[in-house]
Amino acid sequence: MSGGKQRPADWTAGAEAIVYQCCAACGGLQYFHRSFCVSCGAPDPIEKRAGGDGTVYATSLVCRAATPETRAHVPYNIVLVDCAEGFRMMAHGDPDLAIGDRVTARFAQFTGRLVPYFTRKK
Amino acid sequence: MSYITGVGLTAFGKHEGSSSLDLMSKAAELAIADAGLKRAEIDGILCGYSTVAPHIMLATVFAEHFGIRPAYAHAVQVGGATGLAMTMLAHQLVEAGVAKHVLVVGGENRLTGQSRDASILALAQVGHPDYEVPLGPTIPAYYGLVASRYMHEYGVTQQDLAEFAVLMRRHALTHPGAQFHDAITVADVMASKPVALPLKLLDCCPVSDGGAAFVVSREATGEVGVRVRGCAQAHTHQHVTAAPALSELGAEIAIARAKANAGVAISDVRYAAVYDSFTITLAMLLEDLGLAARGEAASRVRSGYFDRDGAMPLNTHGGLLSYGHCGVGGAMAHLAETHLQMTGRAGNRQVRDASIALLHGDGGVLSSHVSMFLERVR
Repeated sequence: MSGGKQRPADWTAGAEAIVYQCCAACGGLQYFHRSFCVSCGAPDPIEKRAGGDGTVYATSLVCRAATPETRAHVPYNIVLVDCAEGFRMMAHGDPDLAIGDRVTARFAQFTGRLVPYFTRKK
Repeated sequence: MSYITGVGLTAFGKHEGSSSLDLMSKAAELAIADAGLKRAEIDGILCGYSTVAPHIMLATVFAEHFGIRPAYAHAVQVGGATGLAMTMLAHQLVEAGVAKHVLVVGGENRLTGQSRDASILALAQVGHPDYEVPLGPTIPAYYGLVASRYMHEYGVTQQDLAEFAVLMRRHALTHPGAQFHDAITVADVMASKPVALPLKLLDCCPVSDGGAAFVVSREATGEVGVRVRGCAQAHTHQHVTAAPALSELGAEIAIARAKANAGVAISDVRYAAVYDSFTITLAMLLEDLGLAARGEAASRVRSGYFDRDGAMPLNTHGGLLSYGHCGVGGAMAHLAETHLQMTGRAGNRQVRDASIALLHGDGGVLSSHVSMFLERVR
């Protein structure tokens, strides 16, 4: 973190939020948090909270997990979602989601922690 | 100029009681003997990594264990692309005059040295520690995501992917060192247990023990020389979340650079050795490299194009899918087999003409790519 600014909590820190960053200099978007813009290198991209809407880009239903904790959840659907704001993220989703589905995020418990979980938009 | 002067490859499968260093040593000894050299003539060592026995200085650990005091040595880590990345570096070291004979070695007791869960867990860590790994993905899930998208965009089916598993198994049946020797059908692949859909068990390479090694030298040491004609890399991302569009992946970039570097066209290629961690990996890479049109690799498998006696023999040892995958040594087996084919020593697997070969490796989730052309010279 740079400039002593408070980083808003998101699901990776246990809060019910999806946060991304937007560069004030070039307008570049990024999902993985950094203290600089990965497109142009400018410092301190602006933290923004995503609305949770998106479109399914890819899915994989995990049926064979590698730990006792994750095995308790099989099958679980790993999805890549293109969020409405213009960045891509990995999350969980309904098992029957298909590529191109319009989805919206809620949050679910997985191995004792909070994860984003997408359901088909009604 | 540089030559692959010797190759060594152990059987893959279970090597009960063998350590990673044991398997590396066995392969290294075979490669040095194959090159007609003595250990003392090796003045450079490049080695991969072992997930079973991680070490911050594996090359010198190996050098001491094996009994070599090289002028140049370090490890290289590029996931599944490590073997070809090391070969590319060895080629450049030899060309630059840094070393005369570079030993490239990888080996791991990945199957018997740790549980299968431990292997899967170790490999899943190529994912992003904050934004991916907490979601419980596995390596098959990362590739399952890519597969779902590829199938969606290009109309590829699960039956299409199954063809690659069947082809690799058919090739493995003719190699005594392969991990699997039972024939399989498309129906077997379709009926195999779901792992990370659309990928099923037989779409995935196994976990193996094994080792592989090469010697890369300034001059040919045998009658038939296998020369590194040209090579190149491309690295577009690490994590699948950050991967570019399917049409902009690194294989296409690496092969374009390698073609320019080698002055070779795909139409010149007579033998192909392509990374096949999953059926989808092989299908995509064949199409990215230009060995099949987009969405048409499976129909080329069905028509026999990639068979031993086909127009473009592919991974005639059985590939990662059926010869096996012991980590870094896994994809090195592709080069060992290519060398045997190019030097006319592949026995019952021998192809008609392997005068120019294309090799391609992929590390991470289609993250790191190395393309290489080898050429036979007399």
